[in-house]
Amino acid sequence: MAVAAPLEAASREGSPGERPPGEPRLVGYLYLLPAFVVFAGFVLYPLYRAAYISLWDWDGLTAGTWAGFDNYAEVFTDEDLRAAFVHALILLLFYAVLPLLIGLALAGVMARARVRGLAFFRAVLFLPQVVAMVVVALMWKMIYQPTDGALNRFLGWFGIEGRSWLGDFNLALPSVGLVGTYVYFGLAMVLLTAGVQKIPTSLYDAARVDGAGPFREFLAVTLPGLRGEIAVALTLTTIYALRNFDLVYITTSGGPGNATSVPAFQVFSRAFESGQVGSAAAVGITLTVIIFIISLGINRIAERST
Amino acid sequence: MKAKSVLAAVLALSALAGCGGAPGGGDEDKAAATPSATAEAKPDISKAGNVTLRVWDQNVRGGQNAEIEELNKQFQAKYPNVTIERTKKSFEDLLKTVKLAASGDDAPDVIQVNQGRGTMGEIVKAGLLRPVDDYAKVYDWESRYSSTLLDLNRFSSDGAEFGSGELYGLSQMGEIVGVFYNKDKVTTPPTTLTEFEASLQQAKDAGDTPIMFGNLEKWPGIHNFESVLGQTADKQAIRDFVFAREGASFDNPEFQAGATKIKEWVDKGYFNKDFNGTDYDPAWQSFAKGDSWYLIAGTWVTADLAEQMGDKVGFMLMPGQDPNAPVSLGGEDLPFTISSASKVPDVAAAYIDFLTDANAAKVLVDTNNLPAMKGAPTPSTGVSVEVAQAWQKLNDADGVIPYLDYTTPTFYDDISSAIQELLAGKQSPTEFTAGVQEAYDKWAESR
Repeated sequence: MAVAAPLEAASREGSPGERPPGEPRLVGYLYLLPAFVVFAGFVLYPLYRAAYISLWDWDGLTAGTWAGFDNYAEVFTDEDLRAAFVHALILLLFYAVLPLLIGLALAGVMARARVRGLAFFRAVLFLPQVVAMVVVALMWKMIYQPTDGALNRFLGWFGIEGRSWLGDFNLALPSVGLVGTYVYFGLAMVLLTAGVQKIPTSLYDAARVDGAGPFREFLAVTLPGLRGEIAVALTLTTIYALRNFDLVYITTSGGPGNATSVPAFQVFSRAFESGQVGSAAAVGITLTVIIFIISLGINRIAERST
Repeated sequence: MKAKSVLAAVLALSALAGCGGAPGGGDEDKAAATPSATAEAKPDISKAGNVTLRVWDQNVRGGQNAEIEELNKQFQAKYPNVTIERTKKSFEDLLKTVKLAASGDDAPDVIQVNQGRGTMGEIVKAGLLRPVDDYAKVYDWESRYSSTLLDLNRFSSDGAEFGSGELYGLSQMGEIVGVFYNKDKVTTPPTTLTEFEASLQQAKDAGDTPIMFGNLEKWPGIHNFESVLGQTADKQAIRDFVFAREGASFDNPEFQAGATKIKEWVDKGYFNKDFNGTDYDPAWQSFAKGDSWYLIAGTWVTADLAEQMGDKVGFMLMPGQDPNAPVSLGGEDLPFTISSASKVPDVAAAYIDFLTDANAAKVLVDTNNLPAMKGAPTPSTGVSVEVAQAWQKLNDADGVIPYLDYTTPTFYDDISSAIQELLAGKQSPTEFTAGVQEAYDKWAESR
C-alpha cells in the first residue's frame, strides 16, 4: 500500500495538459507488477542465484568455499569446456544456418508458384518440430545404428559402405547437427512462407515488368521483404542450438570421447553427476551471456538494414 | 529511467537473497551424522506402532522387481503395523536424483545409494547417511558377506576414506562382469588368457565377430577395459587405486599393459568394427542372435540372455594367467542405506536385515537373481548355475576388483571418455594412462 499511495497521487495530478503527450502515467507500472513478480520469482531470482553460486566451489551438499572467478577462468582454460563451446558454435551452422537456407529456398519457391495442398505440405514439413525431442533423438539413434540402422542399409543399396555415424570422432558432431537441421528447418520454413504471403504481389509484378528472372526476383523482392522473419527464425534457432542438451544426451552422451560435448550437457553433467555445482553455474551463466550477445547482434543487424 | 529501475530491481533482489552465506552453508550442523541412539539389541518392530517406511530402490527390471515386491509383501505380512511406501527409479534416474532426495527435508528412510566417491562419498561427507555398524553387530551382518564386499559399502564418516571405516549399508545381489559365450561356436571354453586370445583369433579367421561390444553410452568401455586390466595388473594394485590408497597409481607399466592389450584386440579385429557407435542393448541382443562368439557383460543381462538363447549361452569368468586365481570386475548392487534424517531407523534396519537374510537369498534365487550373501542356495538349471558357480569361485579366490568409476567424483566421465579415445586410436596406451593419472592427481591434490 505504501507504494500504491504516491502512485495514485501521481496519477491524480497527471491530468491532461500538465504532462507531455505520450509520457506514460506512473500507474502503468502498477499494472506491470503481477507479471513482474512472476518474472522476478521464476527468472530473475534463479538467474541471480546461479550467478551467485557460480562464484563458489560447491558440491551441492556440503558448505561451499569461495572461489571468486576461478570457475569462469576454468571455462576458458579447461580444454574440455572450451571444446564444448566450440562444438556449440559448430552446431549453430546445423541448427540455425542450414534450416534458414532450406527455409528460404522453400519460401522462394512457394512465393512464385501456388502449390495445391500447400497447407498439407507445410504441416508435414513442420511435423518434426511438433514431435518431442526425446522421440526424435531416439528415432535418429536407430537410423544411425552402424549394423542395421536405416541409413547404412540405404547406403548399402548403392554399394556404399556404411559408417559408424555416432561413434566416429569426425562424423559424430555433424551427425548430431543434421538431426537439429531436420527438426528446425520446418520452423524456419513456416515463418518464412508466412512472411512471403505478406509481400504485396505488386512488387513481384513490378520486378517482372523490369525483366527480373526468378533468382533476381528472389534477391530483390523476397529476401528484403523477409528481413524481419529471418531475424526471428535465426534468433529462435540460435537459442535452440546453443542451449541444445536433450539431443546430445540421448544420442551420444557427449561422446565419442568428448567429441559432441556441448555447454548445456556440461552444465547437466557437472551439476547432477559429478558434484561441481559452482562450475556448472559458471558454464550456464557464460552460455546465457553468449546467447544474449548473439541474439542481440542478430536483431541489431536486422534492424539496421530496415 | 530504465537503467535505474533495473538497478533497483537487482539491488532489491540481492537483499532478498540474503547475500553472503555460502551455498549449502546452513546445513553445517548436519555434517558427520552420528546416530542419536545406538542400537544394542534387536528392536521389536511389531511394537513400533504404525509406521510408514519410505524406500527408494532401483529394482525396475523383471526379476529384480519381482524379488523386491515379494520381499516387501512378506515384510508387511510379518509386521502388519509397517506400511512400505516404495519409489522405484532406474539406476540412471536414481543416480541423478539421489543427492537431492537425500538432502531434502523429508528424505526417504531407506535409499539405495551407489558405491564410490561420486555418490556415496559425497552423501556421507554431507552427513546424510546413518552408519549401521551398531545394527551390523546386533544382526550379525558381517558374517553374511565376504570382507571385500563389505568394504565396498564402507566410508570414513568424513567421506575421505573409501573402502574402510563405517559401514553404511548392505547389498542384496552380487555382480560379475564376465564373459558370456555362445555354446554353438565355443565348444570348450578357454581357461587362460592365452587360450582365450587363440579362440578370438579362431573366430576372426572363421569370418565371425569374436566379441560383440556396444560402447555408444560410454560406460560399457569401462567394463571391457577393466576386465582385461584385471589380467595384466595385480588385483591389489587396482583395488588400491580405486580406494585411493597411499602410493597407488594408474600410470604404471601394468596398467599400460592392460591398455595396450585391449587396443591390440581392437586392431586385430576382435571386436565388432563400429563398437563406439553401437548401443549397449543392441550389442547383447545381436550376441543373443548368434552374431558373435563372446560378449563381455555384467550378470544383470543373464536373465535376458537365458530367455533368448536357452541353453546355448554359457558364462565364465574372464580367463587370466592362472585358472585357479581368477580376477574379475564385479562387486554387488547398490546397498540399501538409512537416511540420517529417518525417524524410524530401527524399522529401516529391520527391513534391510529382512532383505538380506537367508529367506531373502532364497527369494533372490527363485527370481533368477544372484545373491551376494554367503551360503545362498544354488539355482538348479540353465546359465544361472554357471553364474552362481563363478561367483562362488571368485569369492573363494577373493578375486573381485571394484569398478574404476568409483575412484573420484568425476572419474566416470574422465575414464569413459578416455577409453573411447584409447580404443579409437586417438590416444596411445601411454597417453591414456598418463591422462587418466592427471585427472586423478587433480582430484587427489584438492581432496
